[in-house]
Amino acid sequence: MKPAPFDYHRPISLDEALDLLSNLENAKILAGGQSLIAMMNFRFVQPDHLVDLARIPELTGIEERDGVIRIGAMTRQRDLEFSDVIAQRLPLVKAGLAHVGHRQTRNRGTIGGSLSHADPSAELPMLALAQDATIEVRSTRGARRLPAREFLRGYLDVAIELDEIVTAVEFPCWRAGHGWGFHEFARRHGDFAIAGAAALLELGEDQTVERVSITLNGVDVTPVRLTSAEDVMRGRRLDAELICAAAAETRHLEPLEDAHAGAVYRRHLAKMLTQRALGDAAKAGALIASV
Amino acid sequence: MRVNGVHYEREIEPRMTLGDFLRHEIGLTGTHLGCEHGVCGACTVLIDGRTGRSCLAFAMQEDGSEITTVESLAQGGELNILQQAFQDHHALQCGFCTPGMLMTLTELLRDNQNPNETEVRETLTGNLCRCTGYAAIVEAALDAAQRLAAAREA
Amino acid sequence: MGVKQFGARVKRVEDPALLKGQGRFVDDVKMPGVLHACFVRTPFAHAFVRNIDSTAALQLEGVVAVFTAADMPQRMRDERMPMLVPNAAIAALRTQHALATHEICYAGQTVAVVIAQSRYIAEDAAALVDVDYETLPAISDLRSAVAPGAAVAHSDLPDNIASSFKMEYGDVDAAFASAPHVFEEKLWQHRGGGMAMETRAVLATHDPATDMLTVWTGSQTPHIGRRMMADMLDRSVESIRCIAPDVGGGFGPKAIFYAEEPVIAACALKLGRPVKWVEDRREHFMCATQERDQYWDVALAVDAQGRIQGVRGALLHDTGAFVPWGIIMPYIAAATMPGPYVVPSYRLDVRVALTNKVATTPVRGAGRPQAVFAMERLMDRAARELGIDPAEIRRRNFVQPEQMPYSVGLMFRDGKPLIYDSGDYPKGQSEALRIADYEGFRARQSAALAQGRYIGIGIGNYVEGTGLGPFEGVTVRVLQNGKVAVATGATQQGQGTRTTLAQIVADSVGCRFEDVVVTVGDTAAIANGVGAFASRQAVNAGNSATLAGTAVQAQIVQLAAQTLGVAPEDIDVADGQAMARTGNKPVLTFGELARLSQGMPGFSMQPGQTAGLENTAYFTPPQAAYCSGTHVVEVEVDPETGGVKILRYSVAHDAGNIINPLIVDGQVQGGVAHGVGNALFEWMKYDEQGQPLTTSFADYLIPMATDVPTCEIAHVETPSPLNPLGVKGAGEGGTIPAPAAILAAVEDALRPFDVHVTETPLTPERIVELLEAAGAYEQINSQIEERA
Ligand code: FES
Ligand code: FES
Repeated sequence: MKPAPFDYHRPISLDEALDLLSNLENAKILAGGQSLIAMMNFRFVQPDHLVDLARIPELTGIEERDGVIRIGAMTRQRDLEFSDVIAQRLPLVKAGLAHVGHRQTRNRGTIGGSLSHADPSAELPMLALAQDATIEVRSTRGARRLPAREFLRGYLDVAIELDEIVTAVEFPCWRAGHGWGFHEFARRHGDFAIAGAAALLELGEDQTVERVSITLNGVDVTPVRLTSAEDVMRGRRLDAELICAAAAETRHLEPLEDAHAGAVYRRHLAKMLTQRALGDAAKAGALIASV
Repeated sequence: MRVNGVHYEREIEPRMTLGDFLRHEIGLTGTHLGCEHGVCGACTVLIDGRTGRSCLAFAMQEDGSEITTVESLAQGGELNILQQAFQDHHALQCGFCTPGMLMTLTELLRDNQNPNETEVRETLTGNLCRCTGYAAIVEAALDAAQRLAAAREA
Repeated sequence: MGVKQFGARVKRVEDPALLKGQGRFVDDVKMPGVLHACFVRTPFAHAFVRNIDSTAALQLEGVVAVFTAADMPQRMRDERMPMLVPNAAIAALRTQHALATHEICYAGQTVAVVIAQSRYIAEDAAALVDVDYETLPAISDLRSAVAPGAAVAHSDLPDNIASSFKMEYGDVDAAFASAPHVFEEKLWQHRGGGMAMETRAVLATHDPATDMLTVWTGSQTPHIGRRMMADMLDRSVESIRCIAPDVGGGFGPKAIFYAEEPVIAACALKLGRPVKWVEDRREHFMCATQERDQYWDVALAVDAQGRIQGVRGALLHDTGAFVPWGIIMPYIAAATMPGPYVVPSYRLDVRVALTNKVATTPVRGAGRPQAVFAMERLMDRAARELGIDPAEIRRRNFVQPEQMPYSVGLMFRDGKPLIYDSGDYPKGQSEALRIADYEGFRARQSAALAQGRYIGIGIGNYVEGTGLGPFEGVTVRVLQNGKVAVATGATQQGQGTRTTLAQIVADSVGCRFEDVVVTVGDTAAIANGVGAFASRQAVNAGNSATLAGTAVQAQIVQLAAQTLGVAPEDIDVADGQAMARTGNKPVLTFGELARLSQGMPGFSMQPGQTAGLENTAYFTPPQAAYCSGTHVVEVEVDPETGGVKILRYSVAHDAGNIINPLIVDGQVQGGVAHGVGNALFEWMKYDEQGQPLTTSFADYLIPMATDVPTCEIAHVETPSPLNPLGVKGAGEGGTIPAPAAILAAVEDALRPFDVHVTETPLTPERIVELLEAAGAYEQINSQIEERA
């Protein structure tokens, strides 16, 4: 299990990286390497060139501006996990991060790497979708901004070109005091989820659902928003019955089967976990709203 | 690259993993490879002070980094507090997972001086052990935390 | 007198080096000029090899050679690998060729080997070796394998039955005809592996000056390996040295002599250079032997009080493509089933199926976890149907301590009747129940249920034959520096063999524990050896150590008495010295005695004096020593996800007299972890074409630190009367009853829904399926509404 040979490049500026990518054949971007190198060791992936982004300073950092949290693509998951800004402004992301792999992989894994790998059971793509994040990508041809739902195109597939690099992710914050809930089920701690649910809620007067986001992972080729459930909830008074009705919308899902789990089970989990995530979101939201 | 405070320079193929570099280029065979796909944790080392899987890093990436391996723990040949706790609690059997366990716990006990059992167990999920059933490793970690606290007070 | 070491919680001598990163595993051995091997393995489960073209591979820079079967020594071309335990009941005596000659029968089988400057290059080249295969229909599932018209796993065999035999005693049909209650179960345990954290590894080098072939191998049985290697390479045993240095876990699969070992040795001989092969994890999943896959179709006949009248049924065992270790596992399984219970009549029809998957050989437990699962599932079933408490129904059926030695009624595989030497099963169970607070459980359960939580308790009992022969050797020698050297054919993969033998020798010779230096796993250290399997080393090597140590102490006493001019009765030996009890109590140290024992050049030895202070003993156990135990497990099941959490794990364990409780507790805890894996996680899956599907640690799930609880362990010590130390084996008992107990607990937790579990590993998905089928979710919803 040794990787096939490749040439290694370590640009020190974004422009240099973009130049390399536009000129090299069969090149891959090396971010944290926590998925890529494993796949290279198995020789499932055999790039001729690796472009390591680790020494490009402008690709790391977390900053807040106008209610938007901008995260450099090479920011390590561990730094997100311990960021105060994220804890305060994106509590759902903070909760989800605890489920990402293990301490050793979070130390090295990056947000841009995880999004670009786009594993349908992973947490970060799901969180980006849940929060309606925007992905910023660059190439020598210029910059583009894609909403997460367009970026996450298919199974391990994202809507960027071979010469493009994800440079940053922007998470718009929800109103202070919004409710959130994150539940996933994995066979073991830190494993990829069989299924998971993330919920965000903003409640108005009288516990009316003003804004809601329900996102699932592990049930399709990409993470999915359960928009029909969101429609069910919006404008209605939040109570247990409404949560059940929303969770029941998981019946329309048609999950994939693989060696880890069948479709029926994934759908079952989706329902149970949606219920739990919404339950938590309702509690958190209601509590804060009532203070 | 600096490993355990010693500077090394080698010409290598880009594809050589950090684990193979440590083991076969500079002869530090204390770091073990159990899976080479990032799950077992036997290859865990500290890279600039943070744990990482040395099978999921190319040595080239760490040009200029400071690497810390299991060989650095016993100062002057004496087992350190964590190592001693491992022996006292029988926290190793075959010893193959042990270097990775020690490095993971070294980071944990540095960052969290008073971890509870759940924190220790969750941290250890990044390291597989087939021999011990983990109980003794968890005990050793908790005991080491206490001994370290006592040593700090003294 | 020195402090007695036997029975003390002595810290291990193995630890300091391993903790400092100074262990020496095969891949750590430095060898100048070493070349690296990578095997070309077939991607198909069943095929003929038509042609192998290595042209492209040989052109790659850094490639030294590509060898196929045609390049191997004649015996390896003409003959298959040796079988470890041949048996008349095996119809298909099939093992593989070291390198494929024509037909390959499982995915991953060795076809050729590339030797290169580095493993990286060897892998590049292996991908360039062009093998022309003609694929054949493959058989994967063991039940399909024995169905009429199934594809055959070997093209020249008429069917897939490797063996069929019967184990029986008593009139079982009469018992079933007259019994008031008969309960049937169909059970399945899936494949799993040993999954030691260190993969296999071989390093071979040949020294032309001495014609010595030295082979480092991550093996549990280097002496056996050497013998087989000698046969295959047509060399004398004396010209081969096998060393098993530090080995990163064994658990059974490393007790096998594998194709890679003679091939790497042959390459080193052929090239005149050291050659190393370190298995990677994917190879380990495909090519290291596995175990467990068995179907049981069994029935239990009981009277109205739940007393067993008879057990009968059929066992179908998957041996995979070959039978390298004979049919030991189904044999052991069949012999283990009666367990701690009085079973008046018994019959098990056993069939062993060939499939196109890697062979099965013993993995920690070796057929016993399956047998215990079968028996305990039947006991739980009877308890439930008859309304008897599960602990009580077991109590009613135990073999009683006063019945020891107890003849089960079966013949064991050595042709002798199967006789339990000692044990107190009722006490074992009551101890386990006590530490589990079984009494208080039903109250805990109802309290939990009132909060909508589902907890359950399960019991697993077992009896395990340990310490099997033939022998193990131990040499004890007093050195001139006063240290005591111990050499043994026993090996270690984490069991603390060196520590326990040092304890025994310190006691029996009379020296300090620190002064004993033990060498294990090196065929150069002792002529004859066997190695680690069947929880045998404490019994075999432990007793040899005490015999050899005692003999050496007698030599010491004799020599000291002669030298000091006192009677032997007046000599005390302790702490590495012999002291006269009389006069001014003169003392001779072991070092002085060792020098004296060499005699003087030109002078005759004293009458009766042996040269050197040294003895080698080969203890040969007359039969197995039976250890036993009870596991009691408390779990919580989350019906919404099917997740299972183990809340509490209690073990009562009888391994006879205990040499080192620290080590035995570690063996139990580690064994339980493996059992948790078998019960809930580990499933080596194959598709219908025999393609392995779970070849990474992300797909094949072994338990993590959050999955294995800390066990509470009670020791019940009934010494074995069959060996001087009174010990029994302890390596596998932790694993054996775990699946039975854990599944029973899950079933108990889900009692409100009347769910029945019959398969391991029991996955969350399966639990949800069962709950769905039982209408549990409607039930739960209405309960929630009621509460609201
Ligand atoms: S060898 Fe790196 S995680 Fe297993
Ligand atoms: S001690 Fe052997 S794997 Fe942990």
